[in-house]
Amino acid sequence: MLGTQAAFVKFSEVQKTYDGETLVVKNLNLDIAQGEFLTMLGPSGSGKTTTLMMLAGFEMPTQGWILLEGRAIETTPPHKRNIGMVFQNYALFPHMTVEENLAFPLKVRKLGRAEIEIKIRRALDMVRLGTYAKRRPAQLSGGQQQRVALARALVFDPKLVLMDEPLGALDKQLREQMQLEIKHIHEDLGVTVIYVTHDQSEALTMSDRIAVFNDGVIQQLATPAELYERPQNAFVAQFIGENNQLTGKVIAMDGGVCTVDVPGLGNVQALPINVEGVDRPTTLSLRPERVKLNPVPGSYSNIVSAHVKELIYLGDHVRIRASVAQQDDFVVKLPNSEGVAQVGPGELIRLGWKTEDCRALDRL
Amino acid sequence: MATMAAQITGSADRVPLRLKLQRVERRRKLKAFLLVLPLLLFILTTFVLPIGRMIFNAVHEDTLLRLMPRTMSELRGWDGKDLPDEGVYAALAADLKQSWADKTAAEIGKRMNYELPGTRSKVTSSARKVSTLSTDTYKDALIEIDPLWARHEVWSLLKRGSSAYTAYYLLRSVDLQYGPDSQIVASPPENAIFRHIFLLTLGISISVTFATLVLGFPVAYLLASLPAKYSNLLMIMVVLPFWTSVLVRTTAWVVLLQQHGLVNEALMALHILSQPAELIFNRVGTIVAMTHIQLPFTLLPIYSVMKTISPTYVRAARSLGAGPFYAFWKIYFPQTLPGMAAGCLLTFILCLGYYITPALVGGPQDQMVSYFVAHYTNEELNWGMASALGAILLTATLILYYVFNKLVGTDRMKLG
Ligand SMILES: Nc1ncnc2c1ncn2[C@@H]1O[C@H](COP(=O)(O)OP(=O)(O)OP(=O)(O)O)[C@@H](O)[C@H]1O
Ligand SMILES: [Mg+2]
Repeated sequence: MLGTQAAFVKFSEVQKTYDGETLVVKNLNLDIAQGEFLTMLGPSGSGKTTTLMMLAGFEMPTQGWILLEGRAIETTPPHKRNIGMVFQNYALFPHMTVEENLAFPLKVRKLGRAEIEIKIRRALDMVRLGTYAKRRPAQLSGGQQQRVALARALVFDPKLVLMDEPLGALDKQLREQMQLEIKHIHEDLGVTVIYVTHDQSEALTMSDRIAVFNDGVIQQLATPAELYERPQNAFVAQFIGENNQLTGKVIAMDGGVCTVDVPGLGNVQALPINVEGVDRPTTLSLRPERVKLNPVPGSYSNIVSAHVKELIYLGDHVRIRASVAQQDDFVVKLPNSEGVAQVGPGELIRLGWKTEDCRALDRL
Repeated sequence: MATMAAQITGSADRVPLRLKLQRVERRRKLKAFLLVLPLLLFILTTFVLPIGRMIFNAVHEDTLLRLMPRTMSELRGWDGKDLPDEGVYAALAADLKQSWADKTAAEIGKRMNYELPGTRSKVTSSARKVSTLSTDTYKDALIEIDPLWARHEVWSLLKRGSSAYTAYYLLRSVDLQYGPDSQIVASPPENAIFRHIFLLTLGISISVTFATLVLGFPVAYLLASLPAKYSNLLMIMVVLPFWTSVLVRTTAWVVLLQQHGLVNEALMALHILSQPAELIFNRVGTIVAMTHIQLPFTLLPIYSVMKTISPTYVRAARSLGAGPFYAFWKIYFPQTLPGMAAGCLLTFILCLGYYITPALVGGPQDQMVSYFVAHYTNEELNWGMASALGAILLTATLILYYVFNKLVGTDRMKLG
């Protein structure tokens, strides 16, 4: 997707410190293509908002460059950057009606009255709030305010829209509905969206690509599927989706496969993704749904025995919490096919998984 | 069928339920009432009662009714056209005799003197002379003693005195008075000072309010946007004047602004002035000193409102394309209005009642209503006038508050 054309937004070796002691953003390199939906995902305090604020012009990078359409933007003041922004707390102007809020960026741009009317109408229809034009923000529900904030960030047709945890305050159902709405608006308008969240399922459903932040560093930048299927390090594996972790030591590397000695479990075959070499510690990452219950002996490269601790029945699937290698939190997720529900706590079972599904990553 | 049954039991339950709620509510209300009771009593005895009493004083006046009961009751039948007849004069003579014996003649004289200047001594001397008089034709005899008693306006005044209530003080406070036939006329120029005083009070209060707003707004903004370690220091400097007495601060201004005070000396040393400017004991001194005292009252409500305005609003405005000044003016400033309204109202109302500062640093032309209230209370012992001025000031304040409230709305005002 990238590479052929020049990046629409480019962060180049960007660093940021507030206090002159700790780097909140460390050496950020990130290219974003035009029309892309890129999500910054990461735990609290990982520097996502700071990155967004540097792009919007409210914070200055301590070092490095930010390019927008190939031009450095450091010298452009925030109001000339033409970047739409949805703030975490909406930031709707409380003393203005919905209509006036939407008219604000248009009036600043000195558009004609008729044109403003048309654009407001279109924006309100887009977020399906046509009848709320005369209300004040305080008279709207959280979700409605959210949609107004979205409409306001889009009404002046910016090429780039930044959204900082815009759905953080909404309940689950509304959040899922809004996720789809934002996604559809993005597809319809073709704007470039940089989206910040710390909700991984939100990131997975909406994004073209996800940049996983931790501690001021992008841990991995990839499509949602790639990120889930092929995490590059233990942090990403742990942060995205459910994950079983086993720690051990690499004892042999042979072509595309490594053998890891996991205490209490013996040797495990895994893919060496991010290991330092033989005799070095590693974390094995294994998705719960890739584990098979009581496999035919020999059909899987890794088969271990385990004690069932707990069985959670969830209708379409069943989760088994088992004790593997002295760890009690090994989770297996199985489709609710016959025989599964017969397993009871305390029973001894066998679990098997393929080498390809078990990734040897860096030590956490 | 089932829903019907539910409805019936529902309606049967409703009454006891409401009663139950009422009982609970009553107990809760009683508790709340007991909590505010001490304050309520305090306010009632120290605020509501004295003010009620003061307003009553402004219209209640029974000196004549009390000290000249016979005349007053005789006068009820007087048609107010010609001079009263013999019976009234006889009653007057009897009252004057009595007052001479009771040593209350001076009080009558003082009361009549309010409305008819120059009558005081005439009344007392008449009383002295009447005390030894015995005749059948009191009318001629009294007019003989003093032509005062042949003046129609004197009788109009006495007739008005037969009511325990008078509008005289209130009329005087707005430069009106009773004419010879009890009609309302404008006060003569030497008495017509109060409209001017009220306008002056209003003018000074508005000037001071405006000055505190202009000076205080930027400081409040700075306070609200500085990092805590600087803003704390600045805040201490802002409220420091609160911790010194008004008297000390006012006299400090005398030191600074007097003829050879710091300010004049400095300006002259810098050759900005060639001779000392009149900075004190005039309007300038009054407004400067009052502004200084009132500044925190305007500033603090503005500050507390600004503190609650999230910086993301201005950021949002900037991201939507507004320049720094436009974002401030259209987004930040309107949100500070509740604080400005509260601060200005507070300062304005406090200014209306200023007494000590204009008295110390103002000239004779800068004395506000309160000065005259004090003057009538302490020096002239004319409580009626003092009360009337106070009552009119109170009413004007309430009206201004009402108008202000209509324009801004209390729900949009925030004190902190
Ligand atoms: N204005 C500031 N001054 C000083 N430090 C700041 C400032 N803003 C953020 N920080 C610090 O920078 C770090 C990163 O903050 P940032 O707001 O970018 O995190 P985030 O990834 O957006 O987190 P969250 O998910 O909680 O919003 C945090 O440790 C925070 O304490
Ligand atoms: Mg954030």
